Amino acid sequence: MELLEGIADRFNYWIYVILMMIGLFAMISKNNLIKKLIGMSIFQTAIILFYVSISYKEGATIPILYHDQVHGAHHEEASVTETAAHHDAEQVAHEASADVHAEASDHAEHAASSDHDDHAVSHEDHGSLEIDPDLFVNPLPHVLMLTAIVVGVATLGVGLAITQKLYGEFGTLEESEILEQIKSAK
Amino acid sequence: MIITGLLLLQAEKDFPDWGDTSSPANSYRLSQHYITQTLHETTVPNMVTAVLADYRGYDTMFETVVIFTAGIAIIGILSVIGTGGNREQFEPKLSEKKPDLIIDTTCRLIIPIIQVFALYVVAHGHHSPGGGFQGGVIFGASFILLALARNLQTAQAWVPENRILNLAGIGIFIYAGFGVAALFLGGNFLDYGVLTKILPGGVEDARSHSMLGVEIGVAFTVTAIMFSIYSSLASNGTMKEGI
Amino acid sequence: MWIFDLIILVFVVITAFISLQVKDLLSAAMIFGVYSFLMCLLWSGMGAVDVAFTEAAVGAGVSAVFLISTIFRTSRRSSD
Repeated sequence: MELLEGIADRFNYWIYVILMMIGLFAMISKNNLIKKLIGMSIFQTAIILFYVSISYKEGATIPILYHDQVHGAHHEEASVTETAAHHDAEQVAHEASADVHAEASDHAEHAASSDHDDHAVSHEDHGSLEIDPDLFVNPLPHVLMLTAIVVGVATLGVGLAITQKLYGEFGTLEESEILEQIKSAK
Repeated sequence: MIITGLLLLQAEKDFPDWGDTSSPANSYRLSQHYITQTLHETTVPNMVTAVLADYRGYDTMFETVVIFTAGIAIIGILSVIGTGGNREQFEPKLSEKKPDLIIDTTCRLIIPIIQVFALYVVAHGHHSPGGGFQGGVIFGASFILLALARNLQTAQAWVPENRILNLAGIGIFIYAGFGVAALFLGGNFLDYGVLTKILPGGVEDARSHSMLGVEIGVAFTVTAIMFSIYSSLASNGTMKEGI
Repeated sequence: MWIFDLIILVFVVITAFISLQVKDLLSAAMIFGVYSFLMCLLWSGMGAVDVAFTEAAVGAGVSAVFLISTIFRTSRRSSD
């Protein structure tokens, strides 16, 4: 099973290479013009697969924020400025008592959280909305790939229009026959 | 081809593991900035739409121009106006056929639903996956469905051929108009933050509203071009008879 | 669940290969639509919902229709 896990780690990339080679092979060596265009489209979607798979993070969710994160932020922003004053007073008292009690881990945790609240108070415009970047999939390659899909379909459309024109001109869709006709017409 | 494949497989040994959080693409500061700051700076939960229409709005504008250019190029390649040559082999092969009952009824029921769904996708691009481009394609596909169920003339009665490119041009002008309005109000080109003077709300709300306006512009252009490409391809440029 | 991803990836390679080998161009366009839809499933499994939405609308919808309308206007057979 570990070997399968090891393969699954890199499997995406191998498949991406294989797909790209299939598309490239079709573009170069197929005789029919429409097969060439299908190969071009396969090539483009394989590249999009590559970009999307490098943006994936293990155990992360889609790059749209949750509903309660969006609307909970407004509540938290209002309340955190109120409780910050209390937290400061509590922190001083707690630090004084923690030296006596010698609960090292608890003290460290509380100091960290109250440090964070301190941080939140000093940057008031941020509020206490914590969005951990590790929880969300990287959105930057998605944006680039949206443009790539759009451009791909536009290129496919232009390619198909040229194919129709060639068919009207030569009467066939096979590349070898078209080359023969050009050579014999000289 | 085999050599290229082997070379790529060799380069692939250096790739980081799939799903690694600390790989160079994922730990780059810019993407982390996008994830953490989108809600605060633009009040839009959908990060991909926010980056596409606001942080990278310039790219999206030229993407729209690319689609528009492709549509015009296809019309230019295939159109029969002014060209001689033998067109006899493209006489319409199909006679006038009665619309099939099942397809006709289904399309009458479904096409309004598809169009409402397309408008929903455009309008909800901020909160759910979607946005201008997806909604525009779905709207254009509804017209293509109309053209497939009946014949091309019926669809062109709804979407006139000579007006369709006006709609595409209006879409691009809306997009550029937002940018130029920002120029007039003193900011950079496509800097939505300075549009607070004419849009209600604060800076973040102005960005959110102008993102919606920009997406509507993209949707107009994409709808027009999708239907125009279909009508050019299906009738070989003659626009007279389709599938 | 990486096992789903593996199965779908294998299917993607198979459909891409078959779409280029059939002699009938209409079937090639259909199988290209299937390939496009499987890619859309793959990306939505990886969390890229916007990309998957766009690919479903564009690839499996509009792009296949363009191919079929061109095949209708030109020949349907292919020798390779």
